[in-house]
Amino acid sequence: MSHTDNQPDVAREWDTLVLGIGNVLWADEGFGVRAVEHLNARYLFPDDTRLMDGGTQGIFLLPWVRSTKHLLIFDAIDFGLPPATLRAIRGDDVPRYMGAKKVSMHQAGFQEVLSSAQLTGEFPQELVLIGVQPALLDDYGGSLTGGVREQIEPAVELACEVLSDWGVDIRPKPAQTASDDRIGPGALNIGAYESGRPAGVEKLQGQR
Amino acid sequence: MTEVVTPNGFTLDDAGQRVVVDPICRIEGHLRIEVNVDDDNIIRNAVSTGNMWRGLEVILKGRDPRDAWAFTERICGVCTGVHALLSCRAVEDALDIDIPANANSIRNLMMLAQFTQDHLVHFYHLHALDWVDVVSALDADPRATSELQQSISSWPKSSPGYFRDVQNKLKRFVESGQLGPFANAYWGSPAYKLPAEANLMAVTHYLEALDFQKEIVKIHTIFGGRNPHPNWLVGGMPCSINVNETGGVGAINMAWLNQVSDIINASITFVDQVYIPDLKAIASFYKDWNYGGGLSSTNVMAYGEFPAIANNYTNESWMMPNGAILNGDLGTVYDVDPRDPEQIQEFVTHSWYSYPNPDEGLHPWAGVTEPKFELGPNALGTKTNIEALDEQAKYSWLKAPRWRGNAMEVGPLARYLVAYARGNEEIKAQVDGLLTDLDLPITALFSTLGRTAARGLECSWSAHKMRGVFDDMMANIKAGDVATANMDKWEPHTWPTDTKGVGIGEAPRGALGHWVHILDTKLENYQAVVPTTWNASPRDPQGNIGAYEAALLGTPMADPSQPLEILRTIHSFDPCLACASHVMSPDGQELAVVKIR
Repeated sequence: MSHTDNQPDVAREWDTLVLGIGNVLWADEGFGVRAVEHLNARYLFPDDTRLMDGGTQGIFLLPWVRSTKHLLIFDAIDFGLPPATLRAIRGDDVPRYMGAKKVSMHQAGFQEVLSSAQLTGEFPQELVLIGVQPALLDDYGGSLTGGVREQIEPAVELACEVLSDWGVDIRPKPAQTASDDRIGPGALNIGAYESGRPAGVEKLQGQR
Repeated sequence: MTEVVTPNGFTLDDAGQRVVVDPICRIEGHLRIEVNVDDDNIIRNAVSTGNMWRGLEVILKGRDPRDAWAFTERICGVCTGVHALLSCRAVEDALDIDIPANANSIRNLMMLAQFTQDHLVHFYHLHALDWVDVVSALDADPRATSELQQSISSWPKSSPGYFRDVQNKLKRFVESGQLGPFANAYWGSPAYKLPAEANLMAVTHYLEALDFQKEIVKIHTIFGGRNPHPNWLVGGMPCSINVNETGGVGAINMAWLNQVSDIINASITFVDQVYIPDLKAIASFYKDWNYGGGLSSTNVMAYGEFPAIANNYTNESWMMPNGAILNGDLGTVYDVDPRDPEQIQEFVTHSWYSYPNPDEGLHPWAGVTEPKFELGPNALGTKTNIEALDEQAKYSWLKAPRWRGNAMEVGPLARYLVAYARGNEEIKAQVDGLLTDLDLPITALFSTLGRTAARGLECSWSAHKMRGVFDDMMANIKAGDVATANMDKWEPHTWPTDTKGVGIGEAPRGALGHWVHILDTKLENYQAVVPTTWNASPRDPQGNIGAYEAALLGTPMADPSQPLEILRTIHSFDPCLACASHVMSPDGQELAVVKIR
């Protein structure tokens, strides 16, 4: 519970930050957030490890990235791989390029966060990106597709290996989990999100 | 066409070379600008298109209205809290729920902190690089930079050694072979006018702004419980206040409130001693770059924000007022009523949607989002690879919102013009002071730089307003009122069967409204009209052009293959189209491509 508590502690130093990135409203774009939710549902972590749903907040995630020694990221990746391929990328291989020609602040993706952190000199000692090549993005209000969904469990196992290597003490969570022990609001939890999808809207997909 | 005059008074000529600026993006969510330039490279026609399809009803219909904020928070990466707040306001309006005074104060503090942070981050991390040449900063003399800094501000970080250290850090970064956030720009372009020392000063403050960001987000964490997605609640705020020594776990206590107070002071100092002096220094070198005014000299609109009185969303209460100005008449400010079906309407004649009556405008409560993607006969390319749009036909995924049939500009400049015209003394003093310092007439506001200046002034205004709101809240708490939520109508059986509501307010980038229809305790319809839809709007059935298109006209480009001037003006609006494009790729992809045909 402690890793998702309500302390006003953004500036404290964390040992480990596990960050899920993406937009749950756009099908496989939600992979990163769903993966960190699943990790949170399955395991307990020490106080100095924080699990976070980073959404698509871009540069606004920088304060957190600058405040951790170890950073594990779940995200959708475009490495030109077959759909639903899982890939772990480590250290310097994690892309951190950005440019000044972006049109909107919102284009400031997570790569900008990493390059900005590097510029400030406060960069995590260890960095691992666990990513999945998405199969479908273009389905507003949709959820993960089958192949990507099947990679959640392997991605979480891979994350546990990485975190163990970093010395993070991971314990299985008891089966009865308090409903407030969530990373995000309950309405966006994958079960409620999928079961509450309005009927008859799937037809919109692919009309572009 | 070759040359036409639009009903809102702009001359369009599409005869010349077409320049397309399109951020490469695999999925929708972005803005694309196409312009025609004449033989002198002056922009004579402009086309703004959003390639993002969005209809909130397709994710929200049938859901619990009390959950809507959590969904709307995800439709945008940066305006998260603003959407959540307006969703709560809309549902509270529909269900006739009054929130407690503390909840109103906390919401105002969160929004003011959002405005302060958003404007600061926008300026240093996006927009300043349109005016500041980072590479030139490497040539600056640190001693002269120090003198410059000390001449414009009392900010203590101003020694030659400090600027030398930053310059060396920057050199090492550049020499490492990667420019990081500064890569892929138009460095060295003749459109950059600052001396090297001003460039070094601005880049130094870019780094300081990153440090400052760490502080200000704490306000959201303290009141919202969660960062980066704070918690919200229909009926108030989901936090409890306990200022006694034996405060409960998780409740907001005196130590946290003192921390908020310190952050407010630090915000005021940083904005007034760093951001505002930088803004003036940079602007003083670009006084002759007076392009980009567009609709700002004629039609601007604000819904109002920061209610001083809980549950009162009128000009009696708004600290930043509501109003609309038409035809540049600052002597007449109209009230904007989001409930009146004749005032705010959305048109889709040039949007990729269909309405039962194609050229009709629909009020958001009657809004429909039925996609219809088709390219006009003069478009080039294919549906999946559009080379040039046909703006005579449908050409955008954004609808065209209009106020009483008029295209309107929204955002900080619109808010400032409305407040100025309403006679708001604080805003007048700020604006007149800046114009006097820069020796500029009021008409200088109607420009790209005017928009940028208004954003800076509003950042300062927001930081100072936090102090008053915080002090009022503390007085209320000390008087014994610690209520933060009203749960009287939480249970659906207390709700009317068929009810509508609206939440209006201001996002940092402009007027935002959420309209809800609740039927049998579930959401029946949900429409949001966002600020970028107003500003980046396509044409309407009458042919009126929107704020982006208008602002680009008449701008000379030094080199059409380096569209720095287009980016300057578009950036000055702080564009916001849902940001789904963060997908990681191995090699940095160029973010904006320019095609000339």
